Amino acid sequence: MSPFRSLSRAMLLGFVRDKTSVFFTILFPLMFLVLFGALLTNQGVSKSKIIQVGPVAVLDQSQGLGEILDITRRNDLAAAQEEVRQGDFVAVVRQEGDRYQLFYTAADQVRAGTVRGVFGQLIGQANAAGVPQRFTLEAEQVEDKSLKVIQYVTPGLLSWAISMGATFGAAMTLVTWRQKKTLRRLRLAPVRTTTVVSARVGASVAIALVQTAIFLGVASLPMFGLRLSDYWWMCIPMVIAGTLVFMAIGMVAGGVAKTSEAAAGIANLIVLPMAFLSGTFFPLDAAPAWVRTVSNIFPMKHLNEGMLDVMVRGQGPASILPELGIILGFGLVIGLIAVLLFRWDDV
Amino acid sequence: MGQTIIVQDLRKRYGDVHAVDGVSFSVEQGEFFGILGPNGAGKTTTLEIIEGLRQADAGTVEVLGMSPWPRNPRLLPKIGVQLQASSFFERLTAREQIRTFASLYGIPARKADEMLTVVGLEDKAGTQSEKLSGGQAQRLSIACALVHDPEVLFLDEPSASLDPQARRNLWDLLRSINSTGRTVVLTTHYLDEAESLCDRVAIMDHGKILELGPPAALVRGLDSATHISLATGVVAVAAAQELAGPDATVTDDGVSLTIATRTPAPVLAELAERNLLTGIQVRGATLEDVFLHLTGREYRA
Ligand SMILES: Nc1ncnc2c1ncn2[C@@H]1O[C@H](COP(=O)(O)OP(=O)(O)OP(=O)(O)O)[C@@H](O)[C@H]1O
Ligand SMILES: [Mg+2]
Repeated sequence: MSPFRSLSRAMLLGFVRDKTSVFFTILFPLMFLVLFGALLTNQGVSKSKIIQVGPVAVLDQSQGLGEILDITRRNDLAAAQEEVRQGDFVAVVRQEGDRYQLFYTAADQVRAGTVRGVFGQLIGQANAAGVPQRFTLEAEQVEDKSLKVIQYVTPGLLSWAISMGATFGAAMTLVTWRQKKTLRRLRLAPVRTTTVVSARVGASVAIALVQTAIFLGVASLPMFGLRLSDYWWMCIPMVIAGTLVFMAIGMVAGGVAKTSEAAAGIANLIVLPMAFLSGTFFPLDAAPAWVRTVSNIFPMKHLNEGMLDVMVRGQGPASILPELGIILGFGLVIGLIAVLLFRWDDV
Repeated sequence: MGQTIIVQDLRKRYGDVHAVDGVSFSVEQGEFFGILGPNGAGKTTTLEIIEGLRQADAGTVEVLGMSPWPRNPRLLPKIGVQLQASSFFERLTAREQIRTFASLYGIPARKADEMLTVVGLEDKAGTQSEKLSGGQAQRLSIACALVHDPEVLFLDEPSASLDPQARRNLWDLLRSINSTGRTVVLTTHYLDEAESLCDRVAIMDHGKILELGPPAALVRGLDSATHISLATGVVAVAAAQELAGPDATVTDDGVSLTIATRTPAPVLAELAERNLLTGIQVRGATLEDVFLHLTGREYRA
């Protein structure tokens, strides 16, 4: 076996035989996916019961709203309002000329919010376009919105999982190999440093691809309902680039830290806040503008964006090139820092 | 014969500690060379500088005509190193460890497995290195150092944590490696190990070489007393003193009575005449005495 292959193999075996690493790299992010998926997908599909009084153009002309709205027709507004007050329905809607009126309950804030959101969007679109055909189109978008959570969450969680795996893999290997004198032993063997590093890269990329396969497999199960777009496989170069940049971050953490505990701490300190600030778990749409600006200095933000683009936004293969370039640029800079911090020995 | 290792005026400081303080020696090709000394003497530091793991503050090192520092990829395949702390890949079995190391030198797996047998670990081949006993790990570490047939072998306390049987086996192995013309350099705490294996020994303490030469010559040059011990009570101290003459020193620690004398032959003859030879022990001078003589301290391993 070539030194590259035997070293990658040694590292992979070391990884698979470490139950804790396997758990935190593969199962832990998957638990997040299941959790987010279960919590948010249910909320998305459960319908809101509303009452329609008289003809309501946006409702009458839209199709597909049945996914989120359960519409009942009544003629008496006052009686209908009473029914909402009783808690049997979430809201009453009626149209008077150009005025849409929505009476909703304060008791079920979540559903009422959903309904308000739906109508806000429907009417907004009606105002903007003013062409009846657009309603059909918008109705579909609303339907998509109820599924959007898993679509949004999967790429984000995947890039988080890969970042964690790569950072911890690199940091831990570096620190424990230094502590256990494996690095000194390798230094005494006629093997090039680049071979050792590329073996570690090879092992990490292999782990990341397995993570990706498992992740997408689970998210695509009917119960989660992830729907990948045509060029989803373009996420593979993103995964590899992400692995490289986060390994470099791990090498920096491992270069600074003396113990594996310290390395784990530093790695968490870098990756976790970055995940939040990069919109990995929650979209940054609602975040203040400065947060969105700052998020651009994080490689994970670009990893997220690229993944979203190709996996669910249905963008073409070329669309990831800018993000890919940015990520690799980060990798180069951080990698150089890692080389400067590299030590064979504790002392 | 050529000089395999030439070390000149080597120095290394750690803060205030002069770990190596002006060490010079050379090792000939095919020689079995030992560095002997107590904890903290500077043995490991000296060895690591020669192997190219550390940079000396001053002095020069040449191994097989090459400089080991900075990392010299042409030299590395020709030397084999067993580090004082065992250095393995995490969670690999003994067989996987040695095969991985072998592959770094382009050695086939079959050869690696053979080496495992040579150190008597074939039945532990499937055990993860973390689960080997101290002595087994030590043997694996030595096997990993030998797997590529190095011309020069460095061993840092190879017999530490080995049981007496494994120690004998290791000695046999090292002798047979040395007899095929390879140069072996080892550090040890054990005087008997140095005496039994080494062609020449450097006795080191406080970063300096105190004495260097073949063990027998060091001991002979000492002109020290021979110790004759009998069980306490066999003969009285006064009687023993009289029997051994005024030059001898007689001590009794309650277990054995020891006569230290520079002329053992007449004393032994006298004891034989009185039929007192049963259970007698005669011990000539050892490296321990050399050490005591050099430092004025008892040797503590
Ligand atoms: N990395 C280091 N940093 C600081 N001091 C060190 C370092 N390595 C060794 N020393 C000091 O240098 C001296 C020599 O150490 P060295 O390890 O060479 O001794 P040794 O002869 O191998 O001892 P032992 O028999 O215990 O293995 C010791 O006093 C030790 O404390
Ligand atoms: Mg030592």
